[in-house]
Amino acid sequence: MLLVVEQFLNGLQFGLLLFLLAAGLTLVFGIMDFVNLAHGSLYMMGAYFAATFVAWTGNFVLGVILALGATLLLGIVLEFVALRHFYGRDHLDHVLATFGLILFFNDAVRLIWGPAGLALPLPGWLTVPIQIMPGIFYPSYRLAIIVVSLAVAAFLYVLVMRTRIGMLIRAGASNREMIGALGINIKLLYTLVFGLGAALAGLAGLMQAPILTVQIGMGENILILAFVVIVIGGIGSIRGAFLAAILVGLIDTLGRAFLPDLLRQMLSSAAASTAAPALSSMLIYLLMAMVLVVRPEGLFPANRR
Amino acid sequence: MKDKLNARNVTVALVLAGLLLLPLYTSISGNIFALTLFTRIVIFALAASSLNLIMGYGGMMSFGHAAYLGIGGYAVGILASEGIGSGFIQWPVALLASALFALVIGALSLRTRGVYFIMITLAFAQMAYYVASGLSRYGGDDGLTIYKRSTFDGLINLSNRVPFYYLCLACLLGGIYLIWRIVNSRFGLVVQGLRSNEQRMQAIGFPATRYRLVCFVISGTLCGLAGALLANNTDFVSPASMYWTRSGDLMVMVILGGMGSLFGPVIGAIVYLMLEEFLSQVTEYWALIMGPLLLLIVLFGRGGIVGVLGRSSRG
Amino acid sequence: MAEPLLRVEKLVRRFGGILATDNVSLDVARGELHAIIGPNGAGKTTLISQLTGQLLPDAGTIELAGTDITYVPAYRRSALGLARSFQITCLLLDFTALDNVALAAQAHDGHSFRFWGNARNESNLRRIARAALDRVGLAARADTVVSRLSHGEQRELELAVALATSPQVLLLDEPMAGLGITESARMVKLLQELRREVTIVLVEHDMDAVFALADRISVLVYGRIIASGAPSAIRNNDEVKRAYLGEQHAVTRHV
Repeated sequence: MLLVVEQFLNGLQFGLLLFLLAAGLTLVFGIMDFVNLAHGSLYMMGAYFAATFVAWTGNFVLGVILALGATLLLGIVLEFVALRHFYGRDHLDHVLATFGLILFFNDAVRLIWGPAGLALPLPGWLTVPIQIMPGIFYPSYRLAIIVVSLAVAAFLYVLVMRTRIGMLIRAGASNREMIGALGINIKLLYTLVFGLGAALAGLAGLMQAPILTVQIGMGENILILAFVVIVIGGIGSIRGAFLAAILVGLIDTLGRAFLPDLLRQMLSSAAASTAAPALSSMLIYLLMAMVLVVRPEGLFPANRR
Repeated sequence: MKDKLNARNVTVALVLAGLLLLPLYTSISGNIFALTLFTRIVIFALAASSLNLIMGYGGMMSFGHAAYLGIGGYAVGILASEGIGSGFIQWPVALLASALFALVIGALSLRTRGVYFIMITLAFAQMAYYVASGLSRYGGDDGLTIYKRSTFDGLINLSNRVPFYYLCLACLLGGIYLIWRIVNSRFGLVVQGLRSNEQRMQAIGFPATRYRLVCFVISGTLCGLAGALLANNTDFVSPASMYWTRSGDLMVMVILGGMGSLFGPVIGAIVYLMLEEFLSQVTEYWALIMGPLLLLIVLFGRGGIVGVLGRSSRG
Repeated sequence: MAEPLLRVEKLVRRFGGILATDNVSLDVARGELHAIIGPNGAGKTTLISQLTGQLLPDAGTIELAGTDITYVPAYRRSALGLARSFQITCLLLDFTALDNVALAAQAHDGHSFRFWGNARNESNLRRIARAALDRVGLAARADTVVSRLSHGEQRELELAVALATSPQVLLLDEPMAGLGITESARMVKLLQELRREVTIVLVEHDMDAVFALADRISVLVYGRIIASGAPSAIRNNDEVKRAYLGEQHAVTRHV
């Protein structure tokens, strides 16, 4: 029971992290029609910046805030210098260009920080386990991630649905020329949206950093999952990304935790231990395959009429 | 005849001549490295050509093509480790496995278009990567060593560098010839038409998905052959051959060389892999140069190298 | 009274809250040229799209020669004899005019899972294609890439492509769109010849052409057929006049 609750919360936490990534991707794709594979690199940079700044300042919270700012700045510079030249082009061009960026970032990180990964130790007050139910304790840091992610999700909702900027974002997603004709500075809007996406990616990266090692290539693995989330959740829908991310997070975590035992009960021990890791990693892709068969437009697509 | 003698055709002819005569140069100069490098290049040229079939001619941007390199390779590796060393069994299995994977993945992925198709093919290829990593019996993450190359009953000895090179080259040229016939056939025109205007093709009576799927399967099978060759070349197969950056490499080769041209992928593979080789000798951090270079190529290089040659010959 | 070739019965199509097709019923007899007119936004293209299968209706039926084709996929309707030209030119821009038409012929000449022989050398298909191009007057432009054809030539090519499929019914969605005076006259003349060979459903704004060509006219306003009958009856219909000339104006002159 204890294990189930713990794994459930882990799955929720992972799902929320995926949502932060997927939301950034969806925003940039929805508003600027830009496919950003380097999103994973920004995730990685968030983690590296956090590890570095926390070590420099000796203060966890300060380091994290600086890292977030640095990633935001990096995103804006990237957009301004390189990526804005690709707007309006074929998606394939975006894919190839940002693929080049991934290669660049991976080597740049290797040059600056070395090939070995970094660690980001948690301050004492974040390692205390918190009693969430009678007899059940859960790491306070992971709870913090859940809380922060939900807060950011709520912030995004309010931003996109209830503010003027959000209105521009939604309008821009439907009709770019109109927005330009209204006298809004499109270039600035795009830069800000890209910055927001970068900040979301960086936040996800730095939050994940203390739990996993900070290493080169960490962005690519999770980026694929973010893609799966977007496909399952539905075209252009942040609400869909949220629900799909939770679903994917839960299925992946719970699957990896309990599938091996389940298999061992059904198959021989040898067969189970061969099949289990492979099958566990396949679970979300199987989910994606099922969604594609039944509803290719996604489970919760945004209505665009 | 005169208009055939343009920059584009001359370049292609020179490249082909170079590829055919390479072992001669190698045996004279003693530069074995060039032979091993170009064996690898020729194999990747085959893989890139197979991708060109669906990307350049069919308009299907697949970011998961490296999966077939892995599947073909693992077919050879797994059978070899289980004691089945005959190429006559291994290679057809490699082709069949690739075809099946392409059939299933294609059927699912072709329900989507555009960037979603790209994402989904990427995701499924990564799935293959993770599954291979989980195969602890066959090396898992560390990969699987192939102690003996595929045997063909004495017809050809793959352990011999020069015959192996010519076999790879034959597969490449055979593959290109096959692609040439396909794209000009009824089937090929339909696939190209679907790339050009799907709505129009449906209106005149062509069911789009059916034709695209068959094209996808042909392409995957051809790449599976490249995978079998690659496994023999490196005497090793690992999940890394399916890692998605590999798929990206293949895409770059196709775009760089020129999409939708028969020999573009060959030129693209040669240029990309030689560039990679050259840069990595200059610096350990060659991606710092390659990355921005890629951006510039995408930004300014319309139609790839072949396109540039074509334009210069028209002037 | 002979069985109508095309029968539409109580067709309904909604887009969110908008009723784009509101219980539309109409009959097209074999050999007839039936025009559908209506102000902008009346739902003409939506109606055509449901007839050809690009859109599926929410309710109602469509019958072609007695066969229910309401939910038959678009690509199969072509085999059943329904051909369409598009309002916004929809051709294979990087192929030649001949290739475009030959592909249409190819679609109706058995399956295309042939991987070896050069399709451009199939004399049978090329012959049908050249004949169709000749019919619309584009024989001289057969080997020109479509993106290099003039707008009027592209509209004519749309017609040739539709003809190459040997259709029973030709659905033409504003074939005159964007044509100048001479080109329009040519198109009208062409349609006059074609109507003797094939049943035509014509959606048009050009009133001169409509009244010159149509055997019967149906008027579509806000998704509903408000009148249907002989041209003279339609011309004198009060409701039609109000819908067209009252709030919105019909195109009667070329610019």
